[in-house]
Amino acid sequence: MNRFVYLDNNGTTQMDPEVKKAVDEAENLYGNASSMHELGRDAEAQIEKARKQVARLVGCEEGKIVFTSGASESNNTVLNIFRDRIDDKVDGRDRIIVSAIEHPSIIETVKYLKSRGYKIDLCPVDRVGKVKMDELEKMMGKDVALVSVMTGNNEIGTIQPVAGIAALAHSYGAYMHTDATQAIGKVPVEMEKWGVDYLSCSGHKFYGPKGEGVLAIGKGAPFTPFMHGGHQEKGYRAGTYNTPDIVGLGVAAELAMKNLKEEHDKLWHLREMLREGLVAAIPDVVVNGPTEEKDILPGTLDMSFPCAEGESILLYLDLDGIEVSTGSACASGSLEPSYVLLACGIDVELAHGSIRFSFGRYNTEEDVRYVIEKLPPIIARLRKMSTRKLHK
Amino acid sequence: MSNSFMADWVYTPTVKEHFMNPHHLYDEDKDKDWQPDGEGEVGSLACGDQMKVGIQVKDDKITDLKWLTYGCASAIASTSMMSDMAIGMSLEQAYHLTPQAIMDKLGGLPEHKFHCSVLGDKALRAAIDNYLEKNHRPNPFKKAVAKIVCECKGVTDQDIENLVKSGQAQTLEDLQRLTSYGTGCGKCKNRVKDLFLDYRHIYGYTD
Repeated sequence: MNRFVYLDNNGTTQMDPEVKKAVDEAENLYGNASSMHELGRDAEAQIEKARKQVARLVGCEEGKIVFTSGASESNNTVLNIFRDRIDDKVDGRDRIIVSAIEHPSIIETVKYLKSRGYKIDLCPVDRVGKVKMDELEKMMGKDVALVSVMTGNNEIGTIQPVAGIAALAHSYGAYMHTDATQAIGKVPVEMEKWGVDYLSCSGHKFYGPKGEGVLAIGKGAPFTPFMHGGHQEKGYRAGTYNTPDIVGLGVAAELAMKNLKEEHDKLWHLREMLREGLVAAIPDVVVNGPTEEKDILPGTLDMSFPCAEGESILLYLDLDGIEVSTGSACASGSLEPSYVLLACGIDVELAHGSIRFSFGRYNTEEDVRYVIEKLPPIIARLRKMSTRKLHK
Repeated sequence: MSNSFMADWVYTPTVKEHFMNPHHLYDEDKDKDWQPDGEGEVGSLACGDQMKVGIQVKDDKITDLKWLTYGCASAIASTSMMSDMAIGMSLEQAYHLTPQAIMDKLGGLPEHKFHCSVLGDKALRAAIDNYLEKNHRPNPFKKAVAKIVCECKGVTDQDIENLVKSGQAQTLEDLQRLTSYGTGCGKCKNRVKDLFLDYRHIYGYTD
């Protein structure tokens, strides 16, 4: 029995057939949505409809929704706003705090800013990836301009106390950004209720088109554009509207809202089924990240297999038709394994032997059973090959 | 999955073949009675790659070789390929087996994989060193494969390797102090730095 089992849904998702249909139909709206003629107006109307759908999805009814090329652009845009504000000495604030396990589009961007002399602090996380609130409080001050903490982590699924962090940031007069890319469609995201000023997300993580994302800007939050050169998005972001993908993103948002509870429960069920099955079938496995349902994105399961290396596990699984990702250095192209796992204080050897299974809308119990059948002999084989043995 | 966009595998077909069916792997069940005449180990789990090589030697020829590895697909495949190449070689030939030669036989590897995962040749050398040492024989090969890196101060790659391996050179500054490399023309600095980082990796130091 050979199957194809896609368990890399935190990497990206397959477009929902309804989204695909909407994108295909909207291809006919080829008129430039900035134009005054009929075809332009038709396109514009569909874009504005999508904007409303997205606003409801992220809970940003009062603020502004700006369409971007994805969460990486949205994240860069937010950091750029504060770069401008620090340069302009708007309020004398000149420090940015982000968590140590943010997505590379935040981490690498703040490293770049740091290399150019900006003041950046990384807030540490605990063993399961949760931001250490006491440490964050100690780091806060009246000089902090922005705090950026993701809603849910892409690698180990940790959900952050975003509302609490936003309240803390605001108590010092700082703005709050959250990268909700992984959380959308899996757990409720309520930007205005949480008191968040900026929120990023990406369509392709919730069965929408690739290359289309969102930056939601809360009412009264300052803005300067990252992309200049056009009056699109009311001057917030230059570039011709990608009408089909924006329409698709709107439909994906609609579906994500409609199915949220159902989808959450299904993902958690499959995730727990796989976790229990693998823990029972493979000796000495370590489950990374939170264990309680309320603390973790429901479809994320990150595990370490001591004495077996992640890239080899990934590629043996791939030969069996199972697609996952790894925190091993070999897969990253550098000598360092996952910075997320290392920031949690997870041993470097365990980081090299980590595998992330991430479930999505189209996975089934049959998929889980297949992985539980195929993975144990792979781990046994790699451990038998390994220079290091368990319990020695 | 079958689709109309079938791309090549991550590595070459030869790498895939060795990854799926590695040759001369030590099998703890079947090879219990297999005794090596010399053993070598390089790398570390912390670095993500570690190799252990055992050799059997007769009349200064490698008659059999078995290995274990913790590492990625290219580490497994390159050690497997090394074992095919080394068996039947004289100790001298085996000592001169280069990572480049192994990689060529595999049909190539991505650049970033070459340095970190092709460690089989180093483990093999360590096994030959161990064999000669155990038999109280001089090691004529070691010097012969040394390459001068810093011409002004006569520093060889082996000097750097030994200082890193023994832990005497933990930083480039240590290495500089101990060898005075780069104090002449300075041309060797980048090469020394690359070698230093490679050996740190090979001998299991993480930064």
